[in-house]
Amino acid sequence: MSDRLEVRKTYKLLINGAFPRSESGRSYEVTSAKGEFLANAAQGSRKDVRDAVAGARAAQSKWWSASAYNRGQVIYRLAEMAESRSDELVEFVKLSEGVKSDVAKATVAKSIDRIVWYAGWTDKISQVLGGSNPVAGPFYNFSVPKPTGVIGVIAPQNSSLEGFVECVIAPIAAGNSVIALASEKRPVPAVLLGEMTETSDFPAGVLNIITGLTSELAPGLSSHEDIDGLDLEGADEAFADELAFLAAGSIKRVLRPGKKSPKNSIHRLRAFVETSTVWHTIGQ
Amino acid sequence: MNSVETDMAENNLPNSKLGSLQYDPAPESAAIAKLKSSYGLFINGKFTDPSKHEQFETINPATENQLATISQGSASDVDKAVKAARKAYDNVWSKTTGAERAKYLYRIARIIQERSRELAVVETLDNGKPIRESRDVDIPLAAAHFFYYAGWADKLEHAGFGNSPKPIGVAGQIIPWNFPLMMAAWKLAPALAAGNTCVLKPAETTPLSALILAEIIQQAGLPDGVVNIVTGDGATGSALVDHPGVDKIAFTGSTGVGRLIQQRVATSHKRLTLELGGKGANIVYEDAPIDEMIEGIIDGIFFNQGHVCCAGSRLLVQESIADDVLRRLVRRVEQLRVGDPMDKNTDIGAINSLEQLKRINELVAYGEQEGATRYTSSCELPKKGFWFAPTVFADVSQSHRIAREEIFGPVLSVLTFRTPEEAITKANNTNYGLACGVWSEKGSRTLWTAERLRAGVVWANTYNKFDPTSPFGGTRESGFGREGGKHGLEAYLNV
Repeated sequence: MSDRLEVRKTYKLLINGAFPRSESGRSYEVTSAKGEFLANAAQGSRKDVRDAVAGARAAQSKWWSASAYNRGQVIYRLAEMAESRSDELVEFVKLSEGVKSDVAKATVAKSIDRIVWYAGWTDKISQVLGGSNPVAGPFYNFSVPKPTGVIGVIAPQNSSLEGFVECVIAPIAAGNSVIALASEKRPVPAVLLGEMTETSDFPAGVLNIITGLTSELAPGLSSHEDIDGLDLEGADEAFADELAFLAAGSIKRVLRPGKKSPKNSIHRLRAFVETSTVWHTIGQ
Repeated sequence: MNSVETDMAENNLPNSKLGSLQYDPAPESAAIAKLKSSYGLFINGKFTDPSKHEQFETINPATENQLATISQGSASDVDKAVKAARKAYDNVWSKTTGAERAKYLYRIARIIQERSRELAVVETLDNGKPIRESRDVDIPLAAAHFFYYAGWADKLEHAGFGNSPKPIGVAGQIIPWNFPLMMAAWKLAPALAAGNTCVLKPAETTPLSALILAEIIQQAGLPDGVVNIVTGDGATGSALVDHPGVDKIAFTGSTGVGRLIQQRVATSHKRLTLELGGKGANIVYEDAPIDEMIEGIIDGIFFNQGHVCCAGSRLLVQESIADDVLRRLVRRVEQLRVGDPMDKNTDIGAINSLEQLKRINELVAYGEQEGATRYTSSCELPKKGFWFAPTVFADVSQSHRIAREEIFGPVLSVLTFRTPEEAITKANNTNYGLACGVWSEKGSRTLWTAERLRAGVVWANTYNKFDPTSPFGGTRESGFGREGGKHGLEAYLNV
């Protein structure tokens, strides 16, 4: 233990490429799994969520208009940044989740590998989920999976990094932009990953992270009319019912919690794409 | 004389009145329908009386004559149907191999083809659509849909949903009145191919073709309870949505009702797919092939009296050709033959119900109030029945109700744009996202446009085309899930 007084960092929001404190001026204390002080995090507000949605909407068309190859490179770059800062991620996963170092290390390794896995999907999803359709007539007809648009994610409450990566990177790999509510009690690994997007060529607004009280923020996220889809992984059953009801107001696509995610399943990619079909006449 | 007529005179365009030329009537015979005077509910393979003995009449919207007496399914009838479907799922259908399921579906497809003339007549009598359309579109596509999904039943492991995809269980399916038999086929064929059993609720005003389909299902020897058809009104559908024994709800209808269903299903863990409303933009660039384009616009909005969720109801015309397009459109609208749906020469038949006619009248009145310029065909309308003459509104702005709300009738709203970017912005300026059209001879521009449209279907230099191999369905508030193609299986597989 050195005598030097440590410089403590406040963990801030990620909204449209910037790292603001909450517009509400609130913060809350984050503790380790053992209950010791870990950090101060911004306590986001409904207004922060709305700002994030505006940024995400503007970013989404830009993200989707980049080439699939380019999107893959950007996501892969995030894996590179995470790898280079993995010690920090391990430390906070360990403290946040209350697991031993080797478990935290394995979790971080799996999370980074998952980012790499999704990076590789950006330029394959179109062939796997799309194709040409042999219609009975003089038409060339093809279907491609287009991103659903702006996706709200209630990130898992327990799995602070691996679960966050799974819920957030999949829709981004499919071309969506995301507003994620980080785990309420374990937000730091998610915020760290958000910081890494800054140096990964992520266009501003593609990933937005709001920390704070899930019960306060999730209803506003779920009912927001400019959000197209919702992943409720981090909500318990009763809360998920309530949020799914709110989501129905604007016919959002809703991914309910607890759906098994086998290692190689692409159901999270499939969840937030829209099959778009083009018919074009064939003639001389 | 309005401005279009002035233009016609100035340009010496023949102000053609083909619509007023006398054609000899060419009516199809209503007797071909062989309708019974009353129909029961189709539950567990048999036609049964409704438990509360409530009935209602289904009428021909072109004449207001009664066609048959239909059973009003109560909650207890829905319960019986769901239990029959569950029993059939547990005891029979889940143990039937894909290859055997396929053969049942092939049989159904064949019998639809064999009884196609009868089905076309029934459809036209009950719905009011022109016989030409039920004969050439609805019935052949219904048969084709069964034929297509039959082939999937024993190939599900190749559809991209894992090595051994499983059905969901009992599917509750609620369909609209605009394409009664085709919608039944779109719902039943993929569900059965994937191994589910079904309870189908046809629309209140168009139950007949589904009941003929029930007879066909009997003829095909489909095991009892695999398909149950419960007729009735919204209360019947509501009971089906709420029934705890249903694992999946598939609904086609309005966005308003779809929203209610999604809210109701939110707390139930039922799987859900929705195919809802639309306000399709039909984008016309200045280099479009003019004759095909005019026919495509007409087809896009007036096909099936505009009772089409994917109708091209917002025409976006590039400003440089807007006057010419409007002039040609108005002339073409005047030539459309409106009247007896059973006549093989008829282009536009009857509005399906008085309720729908009121809705169209209401929105058209808003169109006039809000300052759009109305052109309505001068055609004569029959005295009895529900009719609306084909109508085009020019000078429509984006804030007008007729540019925002689904009219679901033969009414076109014309807006203009200058640049492709503006066309995209206007096309996407809606909460819907079902279908759009693009007209241009320039392939690169068409693809650029298609890429940017938020829509489940884009028709380029064509409109309102459907095929069982082609996924159909919406984005945004037009719903989610696809019907058609391998994508259509996802709605009925536990993936």
